[in-house]
Amino acid sequence: MELYITELSKYFITLFIALYTLECFLVFRFQDEEKRSGCYIRQNLLMFLVHFSCFLVICFETGKLEYLLFYVLQQILLFATIVLFRMIYPKGNRLIINNMCMLLSIGFVVLCRLSFERAIKQFFIVTVSIITGMLIPYFIHKLKFLKSLTWVYAAVGVAALGVVLILGSTTYGSKISYSVAGVTFQPSEFVKIIFVFFLASALYESHDFVRVVITAILAGIHVIILVASRDLGSALIFFIVYVMMVFIATGKWLYLLIGSAGGCGAAVLAYQFFSHVQVRVQAWKDPFSCIDDAGYQITQSLFAISSGGWFGLGLFRGTPDSIPFVEADFIFSAVAEELGIAFSMCTILICISCFIMFMNISIRLKDKFYQLIAFGLGVTYIFQVFLTIGGGTKFIPMTGVTLPLISYGGSSVLTTLVMFFIIEGLYIIRQEEGAKRVKKKKRRRRTEYEDSAQKEQEAEEEE
Amino acid sequence: MKTPPKKNKKRKKRNRQILTVTYLFVAVFLGMMGYTCYYAITNQQELINNSYNGRQELFVAQNSRGNIYAAGGQILAETQVDENGNETRVYPYANLFSHVVGYASNGKFGIESLSNYYLINSNAKLADKVASDMAGEKYPGDSVYTTLDVGLQEVAYQSLGIYKGAVIVTEPSTGRILAMVSKPDFDPNEIDVIWDDLITDEESSVLLNRATQGLYPPGSTFKIVTALEYIRENPDTYGQYSYQCTGKFALGSDVINCYHGTVHGGEDFRKSFAKSCNASFANIGMQLDRERFGSTLNSLLFNDKLPVAFAYNRSRLVIDEDTPDSAIMQAAIGQGTTQITPLHLNMITCAIANNGVLMKPYLVDCVKNNEGNIIKQFNPDTYRRLMSETEAAALNDLMQEVVKSGTGTKLSGLSYTAAGKTGSAEYNNVKTDSHAWFTGFAPAENPEVCVTIIIEGAGSGGDYAVPIAKRIFNEYFGL
Repeated sequence: MELYITELSKYFITLFIALYTLECFLVFRFQDEEKRSGCYIRQNLLMFLVHFSCFLVICFETGKLEYLLFYVLQQILLFATIVLFRMIYPKGNRLIINNMCMLLSIGFVVLCRLSFERAIKQFFIVTVSIITGMLIPYFIHKLKFLKSLTWVYAAVGVAALGVVLILGSTTYGSKISYSVAGVTFQPSEFVKIIFVFFLASALYESHDFVRVVITAILAGIHVIILVASRDLGSALIFFIVYVMMVFIATGKWLYLLIGSAGGCGAAVLAYQFFSHVQVRVQAWKDPFSCIDDAGYQITQSLFAISSGGWFGLGLFRGTPDSIPFVEADFIFSAVAEELGIAFSMCTILICISCFIMFMNISIRLKDKFYQLIAFGLGVTYIFQVFLTIGGGTKFIPMTGVTLPLISYGGSSVLTTLVMFFIIEGLYIIRQEEGAKRVKKKKRRRRTEYEDSAQKEQEAEEEE
Repeated sequence: MKTPPKKNKKRKKRNRQILTVTYLFVAVFLGMMGYTCYYAITNQQELINNSYNGRQELFVAQNSRGNIYAAGGQILAETQVDENGNETRVYPYANLFSHVVGYASNGKFGIESLSNYYLINSNAKLADKVASDMAGEKYPGDSVYTTLDVGLQEVAYQSLGIYKGAVIVTEPSTGRILAMVSKPDFDPNEIDVIWDDLITDEESSVLLNRATQGLYPPGSTFKIVTALEYIRENPDTYGQYSYQCTGKFALGSDVINCYHGTVHGGEDFRKSFAKSCNASFANIGMQLDRERFGSTLNSLLFNDKLPVAFAYNRSRLVIDEDTPDSAIMQAAIGQGTTQITPLHLNMITCAIANNGVLMKPYLVDCVKNNEGNIIKQFNPDTYRRLMSETEAAALNDLMQEVVKSGTGTKLSGLSYTAAGKTGSAEYNNVKTDSHAWFTGFAPAENPEVCVTIIIEGAGSGGDYAVPIAKRIFNEYFGL
């Protein structure tokens, strides 16, 4: 009985997530949120099925009641998020919220399987983040002064990163976090958002050469501090986001070219001068030659990804814990091992669906400041996904960043949730822009009509 | 109030650029997804077999190791479970298949290592797995069906007797390996007990599979290669070759003697090959273009990887334009620094038998689940053409002459025509000590089976190796 459930559930879970993923892209057939609501409802149902089947397996495999209770709590949280958001922001984008909840539930399932305590901790952080996050769209769209805080953003960003460099504790060779009152923060996560705001506010009005140079210097400081803290993954994200945002703000391909060339040059220099960069490149080129040390993590990750096949070994049937830091940097490999490659590919596609929606929103926004923010956050998000999954699958050298919303890590999940809610705020702004335009059109039409009616009347009277 | 057209145009351009960035990222992601799927699925087996991968233990804990069967259905290895649930790997034929089937502990060897992935997996039906769960047993692992023939293996094993050496029997048209014997051998049932003794004794090479890993001087069997090169260089005129053998060939201070100093007298190419005249072949060697000889060797896979899945050693012989005369004379008769594995010699022989085309040698025919349904079938696979059809036919003809009138006459006068080449490879300075070689096939007109034999220190190939070949051929043809 148990075996039937665990074996068959593999195929059902894969089927459900595949259908969910399909809906993620079918949504884009319609321009109008109203018409999309069929997709959204189906998504909600499928999301529930995936989450439910995974926990059914977990409960059968462990036989522990606490997992069941935890599941109920998660279900309440996700359900409440979806319903409350719709009530508070009827004009909000439901695809983003759905995907957010789907990714969170995948995260809960995998974390639960890896470590129940960590999953509980994560759940707590997620709950708090969502509650605060719910307020963000409102503020984004009310606080008009956000545009004018350019230098404040830069100062806060540099200061936050600088503090870690000087005071931060070293975790496995990288200085990335510091603790206040027992709570560990990883400021590079939050600074990502501030950085995007900084660039957007610095570049939305004027983007002449001098501006670009000034932002380049400030962005450079961010990146250099991160490199000095040995947080290469974040340094790369900041760099790419800078290059991309300058490109979009100025519209000049030249900047993209210079940025890319500069990036390549910096990469070569980094490789020449830093031994830890060389080690990572070596571990990427041939991880099996240094399987004992530098290549250990990546080879264990590859073992995990390849062992599950298309449908996975089943929850609690593999050994994802053999990968060091699996719950943070290599969670994707754990997903692939136990839930299958097909499932993990769907997870990637869901991330892509989020990204496409972010870009879609960016394109539709008329206000350049907001447009740049949506674009910048989208790039930040997708590039981070790329770094972590690419690193774990040996597609690119490993950099050690988290998979947003799925990985364990309070700062990471909080930051990503804030990003998602900011985008929701921007979406609402754009809906209102759209509504204004429609209103204006209507008003104009009405006045035209009235004018002509009046003229006709006058003409009649004259007769 | 309208947006100024200029601003609007800029916005449109910007949107196009955002779209470009979007497409760029999506394209990179699609590439990454394709790569990940491809990598994970194609490397699944190799990664599971990696000793750093703990998941092997996972399978081992979950499934009982599958059986290994001979082509005729006899069990070569099975896992027996006692009432306490202790598993023992049992090899019913004990020493007979020691190297080729190998062992499943101590790092694994042979088919146990080669097919480990299949043996530790279970493709049993879900209902069977449930039944196993109920009974508190492990799931039945998948079984591996080999290409090995128990009859041929027994004959080859018995024939070697107390000698050290190796025998390999293959099917040239498919690459199926029918028998593979290496002596000295061991009892794989006892492997855990004898392991420490075997590895601490540095003199002992019991664990070495001589058929695939043993490197020997090829002796006169190498004249096949020298002859091939001579035919390649003189395709129309090699028939007109003539030589007067005085029992030795001298060039300066370097002298090549015929085996036991025999004087062969006047001879052509055919007779030189059939009688295995060292003097004549040293003479032929001196006439060869060394650069072309070198590239022929490379095309025959000397110093190169062999297309097989199991453990082997690379044969060694490098010839180029700088190779000195003395070395060429030695190389032409298979002495000097030349080293070859019986497997490699067998593959060259198979290519001759198969009209010049080499099939990849293989040991595993298929993998079946507990109900006998095929999980994976291994089919004959062409490696590539090693020589032209004409060259293969010419060598086949020469090898028939060896049996008819040369050093292999112990194989003549049978109901089938055999073809082959003997060798008596000197391996030290004592001229009387030599390894006995034979490599050949039968029936010569339409080869079905190919045999390569080496008996260490036995004496001449014609006297010691050829009779073994005869017994194996007889067994194969059911005589």
